[in-house]
Amino acid sequence: MGALSFVCAALLCLILGFLLYESWSLVADGRWLSFFSQTGWYPLEGLFGMTPMIFASLVLTFGSLVIALPVGLACAIFLEFYAKGWVKKSFQSLLNLLAGIPSVVLGLWGLTELVPLIGQIKAPGTSVLAGAVVLSLMILPTLALTSYAALTSVDRSILAGAQALGLTQKTQILAIAVPAARSGIMSGVLLASARALGETMVVLMVAGNVVQMPSSLFAPVRALTANIALEMAYALGGHRASLYVSGLLLTIIVWILAYLASYLFNKGRTVSHD
Amino acid sequence: MSLVTRIFTQRAHSSQLSRLFCLLGVVSIAFLSNLSLAAERLTLTGSSTVAPLALEMAKRFEKNNPDVRIDVQTGGSSRGVNDARVGLADIGMVSRALKESEQDLTAHLIALDGIGIIVHSSNTVKELSRQQIIDIYQGKIRNWADVDGPNLEITVVNKAEGRSTLELFLHFFELKNSQIRPQVVIGDNQQGIKTVSGNPGAIGYVSIGTAEFEHNRGTPIKLLPMDGKEATVKGVASGEYPLSRPLNLVTKAQPEGFAASFIEFAQSTDVLDLIENQFFVAP
Repeated sequence: MGALSFVCAALLCLILGFLLYESWSLVADGRWLSFFSQTGWYPLEGLFGMTPMIFASLVLTFGSLVIALPVGLACAIFLEFYAKGWVKKSFQSLLNLLAGIPSVVLGLWGLTELVPLIGQIKAPGTSVLAGAVVLSLMILPTLALTSYAALTSVDRSILAGAQALGLTQKTQILAIAVPAARSGIMSGVLLASARALGETMVVLMVAGNVVQMPSSLFAPVRALTANIALEMAYALGGHRASLYVSGLLLTIIVWILAYLASYLFNKGRTVSHD
Repeated sequence: MSLVTRIFTQRAHSSQLSRLFCLLGVVSIAFLSNLSLAAERLTLTGSSTVAPLALEMAKRFEKNNPDVRIDVQTGGSSRGVNDARVGLADIGMVSRALKESEQDLTAHLIALDGIGIIVHSSNTVKELSRQQIIDIYQGKIRNWADVDGPNLEITVVNKAEGRSTLELFLHFFELKNSQIRPQVVIGDNQQGIKTVSGNPGAIGYVSIGTAEFEHNRGTPIKLLPMDGKEATVKGVASGEYPLSRPLNLVTKAQPEGFAASFIEFAQSTDVLDLIENQFFVAP
């Protein structure tokens, strides 16, 4: 067991080392700073402006959270406080099923159904909105299931107290249970945003991939992950190294999110034990 | 499970594991010695368009000739010309016809690369001139009504940087990628076809083999002719369709030995399926 976990840790270190090694030629001489100062992304013409893609990644992630968090929380509350028996069981397995849908299938659905629909409102349809909607479907089960777990672990005596005070069920849930579970819910949110940030296939297919600042909901944008997937196969030299730099950047952001998630989760646990 | 059987199965596992390691060692030694025995090495450098095709051909060639190792490296057509000229590579890969100044080299045609301009099949536009396509891609024409089409906003679909289709498109229309104002950027041909078939106002370009195949399958896309010539695989093969280019292997003099037999293999009917898989057209 120890050996296996060591292999896993070593593998992670190797990945980080590999990313550093591949991007070192740009990082070492400070050229990576131009990623943030240049405006366009035309690697073959020597322009490596990456800021629009960083913003696009963040906006897509934030947009998907805005859509998925209320729905996910509602699902969790339904599961914990309202659903009983077979309804609860089948609803839960439905969420698990949604979590198991491969992202490429969701992307294909988005490209062939959702994008033309949005395109009728405003062409071309491939947009921030399409990306955020499909991403929100992907992270919905994560949000719902982690929030449900957080709600379940809320101390029953608090709820019993609330009931004894004669609070309505709505107040019990919204004013007592959800705030008590907030650190667990937050760690779920961070996990979900790490997933949305790292998701490639969906944003590649439905977000339009035009390198520009996300100026409206209907503007096509390119996320960092989509950039790597689009161009890695044919990239050489500095172009290739710049893609590794964006990979490094993404890895670091995701790690920070994952660390925050586990920190909040542990904090939430100690609080509820007190 | 009793304790005894558990220990026994663990023993069995560990002995199997050590046997596996022995086997791995033997295999790797065999592999290394095989590498050192392969005296004959063939180096190909050049165009990143030709490289994936050459790599597939090389794999099949190596299978038929186990004592040859073929090394395929990219770096652009000019590197292919240069390396073949100074002898750094046995064969150069060049995704265009040889220029006047390169007549000291011999070109061996292995495939043709053609791209077709595609629009949604409901689009009433029958033909676009070169200038109209340039204006559309630069964002100067934003509505199909300006080119005798329906009153519909144009969605410009462009390819991602580094793709050979983009390179050919830019070269043919004498554009730079930073001049293009796309609404959608796509990776591979299939994504381009999905995007155009789902958007009545879209215009895009993809490899001609893929476009023709999808069109015949009933996907709602339409190939536009270029300079009055129909966009078909046949037109590319005959050289009539202008938006195409030859994919060449080039050598300094008449090739000899394995270089000669590899070129012969690359031009034979044994590799037709490989050419088709890469969406190129056999000459």
